[in-house]
Amino acid sequence: MVDRTIENFDCGHRACGGCGASAAVRMILKGAGKNTIVVSPTGCLEVFSTPYPETAWKTPWIHSLFENASAVASGIEASLKKQGRLDKEKILVIGGDGATVDIGTLCISGAFERGHDFTYVCYDNEAYMNTGIQRSGATPYDADTTTSPAGVCSTGNNRPKKDLPQILVAHGSPYVATATMAYPMDLMKKVETAMNTKGPCYIQVHTPCCTGWGYDGAKTMEIGRMAVECGLWVNYEIVNGELTSAKKVKRVPVDDYLKAQKRFRHLFKPVRNDAEIAKIQAIADKNAKKYGIDIE
Amino acid sequence: MALGIGCTARPGNSRNNKTGSWRVFYPVMDTEKCTKCGTCQLICPEGCINQNPDKTYSIDLDFCKGCGMCAEECPDKAKAIHMVKEEK
Amino acid sequence: MEGSIAIAETVRLCKPQVIPAYPITPQTHIVEGLASIIADGRLDAEYICVESEFSALSACIGASAAGSRVYSATTSQGLALMTEVVFNAAGMRLPIVMGIANRAISAPLSIWNDQQDSIMMRDSGWIQLYAEDNQEAIDMHILAYKVCEDYNILLPAFVCFDGFILSHVYEPVDLPTQELVDSFLGPFNPYQKLDPKDPISFGMYATPEYYMEFRYEHDQAVHRAAEAIKKYGKEFGEVFGRDYSELVVGYKLEDAETAIVAMGSICGTVKDAIDEMRAEGKKVGLLNLRCFRPFPSTDVAKALAHVNTISVLDKNVSLGAKGAVAIEIKEACYGSNIPVYDYILGLGGRDVRKRDIKKIVELAEKGEGDMFYGLREEVL
Repeated sequence: MVDRTIENFDCGHRACGGCGASAAVRMILKGAGKNTIVVSPTGCLEVFSTPYPETAWKTPWIHSLFENASAVASGIEASLKKQGRLDKEKILVIGGDGATVDIGTLCISGAFERGHDFTYVCYDNEAYMNTGIQRSGATPYDADTTTSPAGVCSTGNNRPKKDLPQILVAHGSPYVATATMAYPMDLMKKVETAMNTKGPCYIQVHTPCCTGWGYDGAKTMEIGRMAVECGLWVNYEIVNGELTSAKKVKRVPVDDYLKAQKRFRHLFKPVRNDAEIAKIQAIADKNAKKYGIDIE
Repeated sequence: MALGIGCTARPGNSRNNKTGSWRVFYPVMDTEKCTKCGTCQLICPEGCINQNPDKTYSIDLDFCKGCGMCAEECPDKAKAIHMVKEEK
Repeated sequence: MEGSIAIAETVRLCKPQVIPAYPITPQTHIVEGLASIIADGRLDAEYICVESEFSALSACIGASAAGSRVYSATTSQGLALMTEVVFNAAGMRLPIVMGIANRAISAPLSIWNDQQDSIMMRDSGWIQLYAEDNQEAIDMHILAYKVCEDYNILLPAFVCFDGFILSHVYEPVDLPTQELVDSFLGPFNPYQKLDPKDPISFGMYATPEYYMEFRYEHDQAVHRAAEAIKKYGKEFGEVFGRDYSELVVGYKLEDAETAIVAMGSICGTVKDAIDEMRAEGKKVGLLNLRCFRPFPSTDVAKALAHVNTISVLDKNVSLGAKGAVAIEIKEACYGSNIPVYDYILGLGGRDVRKRDIKKIVELAEKGEGDMFYGLREEVL
């Protein structure tokens, strides 16, 4: 049972108003429960939560470098095991997409291959946001970022999102899931499940970023819902390599979701780029087919 | 105050930073309309919405950044929160 | 026994709880030895076969912060790969001990000995100890844990020993007993740790208002380590019978006219050469640097104050400048007007023999120095 009264992330942190990630972290920590040790790589979360001497973390927390959170977590796990603390205390990594999907690939692959008992939750705001919105391996197709800008001869990021969940399924993770902060109950339940599953578990959480994606911060939950409703983000669970759940939706075309964000504005202004929008629609269609999310 | 060796600190200090000063808009909560669903408290990125003894909710303006998520997500049948522009 | 195995057996006596390990020549026998020791139930520790040296030290950080004594070992390319983590671990003030089987740095690729790898980390805020022989290599591991874990110090340490020359060589060593090591070291009692009962945030970031003060405190800690090494080195002598209360050790230095300054296993060769030169009537002596960081400037200046000529043997080179040891020696002897000559030698495992030491003393006394010694002209 998720204890919703847990408040392990304090006020006074320096996230942007309307930050999807900080809302998500509050929910994630509720799902994680008591006696959780948190590891964070460098990124928005780490930076807005711990400018010395102010820390927003009420759990034990450690930040080392950008790419090594999983390796640090591996060391903590080994230490807790030796100290006989692993039955009571749990390890949770909370890191951004840049740190997880790109620079952290080495360490997360090693940690999952070795089967350490910990949970890795990636808050996916789909770019290197802390450094000013640069493209990461999780940036969606055609998104405008400062290093994949739309321009006269570019329609933005020209690659699809890297599918890290499937990579970690291939590593033999007993529990891999995707979630979104737009559906808090689902997110908290999945975190609780992961924390109580022995072995290396992974959850990728969609966390809309008003600053990076270009929309009014009040709409963070709505943008998150729209991503699910058009099929560009799928909420699913894979338990021991088998897909056991995927959120079904009455799917809508991707247009409204794209139109709502400045990072896709170049697809609509000065003229509607039919070809590119069709490609993005095709991605959503493919997701829908792969995970069986369409309500007939 | 001695430096925390290795750049460490214990919890609590973030509350010294009153992020309420960031606001352009502030939320006004009408507790009579509040249906006590708890959505605002759950989703607030700051965690600055607290439950009152009568189970309704109130917003701590010391920390509220005025993002408006609570007003946006308060269920239609309640709509207990609306945003007001800060006076200069 | 082989140096690597002696080190593995000594690490076992220090009872680390977590050993993240990645193989790299010439340290491999150490991590293999430790794996074997654990598999045979002779050490109750978690052995993590990490996927790179970068992860090895990162896992050390996690385990140390969670409250365990840790150990790892690396060299050359592995140490270079870990660079980011090396600085990070020191700044986080975690008492990690890491064995460095000194090896040359690529490019060109070389698996053979020189001291470039640990020397290039001299800015990192780690303590650096250099062993002359395998006995020192194992003693320094025990001493390092004692110094590092002192609440007044709280620093990580490199225990450096020349790769192949020490790691792969069979020497008789006196392995201490478990009882003696337990009485000297005791269990690890961390200054602070990750614990839900007393939550702490580790590794926060520091704005310009704070960063300098953290670096100052770190620097002060490294300087304080000099006295700590001397103090615990003396205690070590009382417990184990081998004294480490000096950061620099003179050999036939008291009446020397020419001093040779060196670090590591080369000192053994130098001592033999000195004995031969003394027999010929030459007044030569050695200053053996056991500790490179903190750099014992005052001790060096005092020990060398009376000589006429100083020749420094550098198994490293700061390309475009000089050998790192010579630069520090010159700084320590500044104002004394004693000429300091730098000899870059032994790089990439190039053998250094007694006759080379004698030739160097001749060159120094002629006033010829600041050179790469022993180049094969025919190859250039």
